[in-house]
Amino acid sequence: MNKVTLIDRRDDDHAIDAHAVNSREFRALYKKREQIYPKLAHGVFRNLKWAAMAVLLAIYYLTPWIRWDRGVGRPDQAVLIDFEGRRFYFFFIELWPQEVYYITGLLILASLGIFLSSALFGRVWCGYACPQTVWTDLYIYVERAIEGDRNERMRLDKAPWSFGKAAKKASKHAIWLLIAAVTGGAWVFYFGDAPTLFREIFAGEASVPVYLFIGVLTFTTYALAGTMREQVCTYMCPWPRIQAAMIDKDALSVTYRVDRGEPRGAHKKGESWDGRGDCIDCRQCVAVCPQGIDIRDGDQLECINCALCIDACDDIMRRVGRPTGLIAYDSYANLERREAGKAMRYRLIRPRTILYGALMAVVGVAMIYGLATRQTLDLNVIRDRSPPFVRLADGSIRNDYDVKVINMSPAPRQIRIELSGLDGARLQAPRLSSDGAIAAVAQADGVTNVRVHVVARNDVGEGSHDLVFTVRDTQSGASAESASAFLAGERR
Amino acid sequence: MADKRERDEISGTETTGHEWDGLRELDTPLPRWWLYVFYATILASVVYWVLMPAWPLANGYTTGILNWSDRDNVRAEVQQLEASRLPMFERLGQASVTDIAADPDLQEFARAAGASVFGDYCRTCHGAGGAGAPGFPVLADDVWTWGGTLADIERTLRVGIRSDHPETRMSQMPAYGRDNLLSAAQIGDVTEYVISVSAARERLSPDPAAAARGAIVYQEQCSLCHGPSGAGDRTQGAPSLLDDVWVYGGSREEIRRQVELGRGGVMPAWEARFDAGTIRALAYYVHEMGGGEPDAPPPPLPEATPAAATAPAQ
Repeated sequence: MNKVTLIDRRDDDHAIDAHAVNSREFRALYKKREQIYPKLAHGVFRNLKWAAMAVLLAIYYLTPWIRWDRGVGRPDQAVLIDFEGRRFYFFFIELWPQEVYYITGLLILASLGIFLSSALFGRVWCGYACPQTVWTDLYIYVERAIEGDRNERMRLDKAPWSFGKAAKKASKHAIWLLIAAVTGGAWVFYFGDAPTLFREIFAGEASVPVYLFIGVLTFTTYALAGTMREQVCTYMCPWPRIQAAMIDKDALSVTYRVDRGEPRGAHKKGESWDGRGDCIDCRQCVAVCPQGIDIRDGDQLECINCALCIDACDDIMRRVGRPTGLIAYDSYANLERREAGKAMRYRLIRPRTILYGALMAVVGVAMIYGLATRQTLDLNVIRDRSPPFVRLADGSIRNDYDVKVINMSPAPRQIRIELSGLDGARLQAPRLSSDGAIAAVAQADGVTNVRVHVVARNDVGEGSHDLVFTVRDTQSGASAESASAFLAGERR
Repeated sequence: MADKRERDEISGTETTGHEWDGLRELDTPLPRWWLYVFYATILASVVYWVLMPAWPLANGYTTGILNWSDRDNVRAEVQQLEASRLPMFERLGQASVTDIAADPDLQEFARAAGASVFGDYCRTCHGAGGAGAPGFPVLADDVWTWGGTLADIERTLRVGIRSDHPETRMSQMPAYGRDNLLSAAQIGDVTEYVISVSAARERLSPDPAAAARGAIVYQEQCSLCHGPSGAGDRTQGAPSLLDDVWVYGGSREEIRRQVELGRGGVMPAWEARFDAGTIRALAYYVHEMGGGEPDAPPPPLPEATPAAATAPAQ
């Protein structure tokens, strides 16, 4: 009975008593934060957000569990940041610490991607994909499931403490904490073998940093998504300030079509729509807003473009029999065109977006090229500094080197170390092949140290001489070079 | 005074009650969370005093009920570390030269342990990397007074040179000048002769006449140890005079001074201080510096051309 009256009242009059707590008129410097109670919206964008949330959370929680066979004795986790072994594994890609520039490429791609998405659809990242948005949405979902929708939540918060209220609050925070702990737990799985870590965590055998990181991320998830919510976007995140610079007149963003909506005002069934705007001032757009703003105030820093107000408004428009899209993804250019009496135009392809797209393609191709032609054999030569040189019995001079042969391939390699660039100098080691090169085996997926002595003739001359070490794979012929120096000085 | 306190309209916070040129200052209280954290730290410090060593006393300190001691912890960790290394040292101490040559793990361990011990005990005289110093032989070169095989080096380490070990390596060159065994002219002549047979003759250009006179003195006084040709004798610890490497310096004056004084340094015997494994690690490290001589023919090459496996080309 009670439920029916509620629905009846809403059908009668769509207005809701909601005020935008973060709008300019309610904002004050010393004001305490006011709780926002977002109402559940229904519609295309809400469904899109559910889908995005499901996909993104699945990626985050499940990725560490994907297995990828790399052979015996090597990690079989598809995505693994192995600090201890100093490797980054990503499916078929394996990176060493010195190849961290690929991460730079990824960061450039990510920035360009966010520039492009901003130029096309405004703050689409904030509205759908940002972890802050996704986890806040998830937390609000839990809150709604336990405490009810907007009105029930507001009533519950105003009600005096009772067993029922305490039970609801306690179970909400318990589930929040559980989600937070799972989030922190999933994070550490990216840095170690997930099944092993999983067992260790529950057996109490995992290392202190593991528990520490889970604890820290549990806390941040709980605090950011549970209690801080829109304040993170408004006060902590730099992106709203930067993103404004990425949006131009043609960029789509969630817009109240002021030209169509005004003058706004309450509307009774059967009244004429002549001489007034389509906005019936029902405040449904305010009630669903998780940021506590009124989209009808125009573009605002607080707005994350989640488009829930579009769903809310379209719903109302359909009920009152007006066309949808009073709030819609729209551009400044279109507003101007409508005012000038021209047809609307969506310019997704324009110089700016072409440039971003082209830059992304260039960086992407460069990275793919780099990965495809990646050298798996390299060497570092470290010259001994004490003694700087050694005088031998026959008067010749010897310098000593540690040649670090880097083999990034998963199989051991038969290699040769050759010397060039200094006349009369020759390699000297316990194992020389007939042509004066050093033969050695470079261990699989690792660095092999080969101690190398170079002997030069008595008359090499004082000072520093250039020479070049070459490491060559005897099977594939792949090679790498490294320059070093040969020192000779006056006798003592 | 309480009645003077005024409340700021906008923030609702009390002011300090002062006014400077029309400016008043808010007396904003500390944020609650900050205050509670502050109280919590005070509480934590009291807990710390009870649990951990905290207060100095006249003859000691309060140990706390946990009996925590960094000193004991370090001692335990060092013992644990030593215990974990012990099996490797024992293996190394019992390994033969061929065992080591065939075992990369053992080589790796010997290299690391040897480098560490060398840095602590040997570097002071012989220099980092065996660079040597006047009076202290270069270990990185291929000139050895007592032999340069792994076994030779290990024996030198064990018994020392002119040390107090009963089996010490012992040689004593007479001080021909100080003890007036030869005249100053004879010492000059023998110096010229030594230069003339050594590889230093090109840079020092000895006087042929003096060298010819010195040859006779040499055969009488020096050849018994240094050999008729000057090639030296490792069994007696007499260095070769043919090369251009001189422990006490290679200038004409320094060579002459060595004939006058017959200096010989002392190397301690390390047998009493180190176990067999540590001494072998040290020997291996020194042997690997570059001038080590083979104890046995080197093992064949890993590649398919064993014929090329000839050892150190000197």
